[in-house]
Amino acid sequence: MPHRTFFWFIIPSLAAMILFIALPVISVLIQSMHVEHEQVLISAENCGPFGCKQVVIIDTAATAQIRADQPLGRFSGFDNYTNRSHLAFDEVSLAWGSSDSISDFIKQMLNLPFYKALAFTLTYTFVVTPFVIVLGLAIALGVNALPKFAKGPTIFVSLLPMIVTPLIGSLILFWMIDGDGVIGASLQLLFNDPDLSLKASPSLTWMMLIVYGIWHSAPFSFIVFYAGLQSVPADTLEAATIDGANRWQRIRYVVVPYMKPLVVFITLMQLMDNFRVFEPIVSFASEASATSLSWIIYQDLTQDAQLFGSAAATSMLTIVGVTILLLPVLIRTWRDFSRTAH
Amino acid sequence: MSTIKTIALTATAAAILTSSAAFAECGIQGSANVSILGNDFPALHAVFSAAEECAGSGVTVAKNHNKDFKNLMVPALSANPAEYSALTVANGTLVTLMNSDLVRPLDELVAKHGSSLNKSQLVTVNGKVMAVAFMANAQHLFYRSDILGQVGLSANEVQTYEQVLTAAKRIREAGIMEYPVALNTKSGWNLGEEFVNMYLGTGADMFVPGTAQVSINNADGVATLNMLKDLVSYSHPDFLTFDSNATQAMWEGGKLALATMWGSRAVGVLDDEGSTEEVVMNTDFAAAPSFNGGSIPASSLWWDGFVISKNVSDADAEASFIAMMNGISTEMVQANNSVATWLIEGYVPSKAASGVAATAMNGASPYPMLPFMGALHGAAGSELSDFLQGKESAQQALSDMEAAYNVAATEKGFL
Repeated sequence: MPHRTFFWFIIPSLAAMILFIALPVISVLIQSMHVEHEQVLISAENCGPFGCKQVVIIDTAATAQIRADQPLGRFSGFDNYTNRSHLAFDEVSLAWGSSDSISDFIKQMLNLPFYKALAFTLTYTFVVTPFVIVLGLAIALGVNALPKFAKGPTIFVSLLPMIVTPLIGSLILFWMIDGDGVIGASLQLLFNDPDLSLKASPSLTWMMLIVYGIWHSAPFSFIVFYAGLQSVPADTLEAATIDGANRWQRIRYVVVPYMKPLVVFITLMQLMDNFRVFEPIVSFASEASATSLSWIIYQDLTQDAQLFGSAAATSMLTIVGVTILLLPVLIRTWRDFSRTAH
Repeated sequence: MSTIKTIALTATAAAILTSSAAFAECGIQGSANVSILGNDFPALHAVFSAAEECAGSGVTVAKNHNKDFKNLMVPALSANPAEYSALTVANGTLVTLMNSDLVRPLDELVAKHGSSLNKSQLVTVNGKVMAVAFMANAQHLFYRSDILGQVGLSANEVQTYEQVLTAAKRIREAGIMEYPVALNTKSGWNLGEEFVNMYLGTGADMFVPGTAQVSINNADGVATLNMLKDLVSYSHPDFLTFDSNATQAMWEGGKLALATMWGSRAVGVLDDEGSTEEVVMNTDFAAAPSFNGGSIPASSLWWDGFVISKNVSDADAEASFIAMMNGISTEMVQANNSVATWLIEGYVPSKAASGVAATAMNGASPYPMLPFMGALHGAAGSELSDFLQGKESAQQALSDMEAAYNVAATEKGFL
């Protein structure tokens, strides 16, 4: 294709990408390097239904002038990235110096909000992703082996966890695992421990969120694998059967190699999705035990003192995190692509 | 034919009469657009509906109840003209609006149309009226008199949190309930509020007066944290997920004997829905307890009131004020007496309001109206859970809170 034609061919999607991806990212980057203006405080007397009190208020007239002079706020460089709410360079180096063992150091790190969130986010990503792939393939193989009339209904039922909105799905589960809920009460009966609570201990909360994540995402990988299974040539499978391969060997040596591009695809999607885990943390009210990077952004934007710069910095760090996660897979795909291109 | 004509004429006449009646009742001159934004709970539904009666003859009244109104209000009022002409707010939300200079002083409107207001309803800053308060709220003690009776205690013996702990211990030891106590201790805003309430009970300031410098990392802070931890040791282990809906459900389910809950939940507890006769009959309310030898209740007083946007025309502002005055009229209160602790003339205090009234009477502090309070509230809400779970010391939790506050306050431009 001549360069000129290629250029005209790609320009609509290029324009859309600049408009909807590049520009917002740049704007968030700029935002992340600014903090609010210095507030001019004056003292005032505040009276109301419960009496009077001396307070301080913001001198809005003076602040408006400062704001008009510098609409973006104060430039702070990378302060938003290095402060305690994010990478916490000072606190980490202090913890490194003051801790007498690795476990003590880790404990001090996990006391910092960003690293606490990162720890859960990474654990969630690296546990949920492989489970989703293996489980999805297993369900797909199972459904594929069903008689024809049973396939439709089974597929529909298997997809339900994905169809339910994550926020609603996790909220329903939250009530089910309550001590009075059907799952929570059954577990208490099963382990004969009336105080057993999935919401109380951090480790059980982590487990619960991970199980929810697998439950929610497995249908996605199932449906992709199921579609892929329809393209596995029947001839090859038949030949393998004639050669004496059992079911397991046919799966291992015929089906799985055919599924490889799909595994790469699902891994990419799942790494990205799971790294952005958010809804279950809100629904399960698990912020005391488990937080994620996305949850920190949400928290910064919805609390009484909204922190836009801080939220922007966490967003940029999330992008960096996703890039690092995807890099190995992307490099691999690129290599395969270059090999076939020559 | 003539019958139809008569009916049509009568209908038209009736329409004219009604609209002029509404016109006369509210007294809004000319045409104006009123739009009101506020939180979503029964007391505000009553106020907004009464304000809506002013619609007609060139006056439109639109209302929006939204649980997330806090996130909407600043962008909606920053526009010029503002999306909403009137808003219902509380102590904390008014500060957010004033920080961005989005509400107008009401002195002239109060002088012109506010003759029915009590002076105490006027929320003033440096002498200028910024909001008109119409209801009060506070967290206070809910107790089960039957259960206290079973362990040989009376209402007089749960006036301090130390006594509440003793009562809880007896209830547990008597085998009546393993977890008799609850507070709204969900991580985040709720837990932050519990910290603020308890700390106010010490009578100490949270900031170095006149500055944004936080001063909670001290003996008062340690006492506050230890009391919270002692209390949650009598709460179900899920306590970090307890919000108002959860604690109310547990109370109505008869699973609690002593709880610190919002006064606005008292109506819901006493009504004939969601609970048993036994629980409802034996539920009583008292002022929030004091603690640590302090003399005032460890709670904060909240008011709900209305403000008028700065970025609307004077005509719309006046119409909105009149409509809101109609919303908080004595007639509205008489029709909805029991749904809130009204600050309005004509209110007859009900049992449901007794806890809030007692808390105010015992001298509880109002929730601090400081521009940087939100940053401290947020820091407390997110940094305390580790301590309450027993993962770190009170000292460490206070240092974490201080550090988190400093980062937020620096970014907000206060430090």
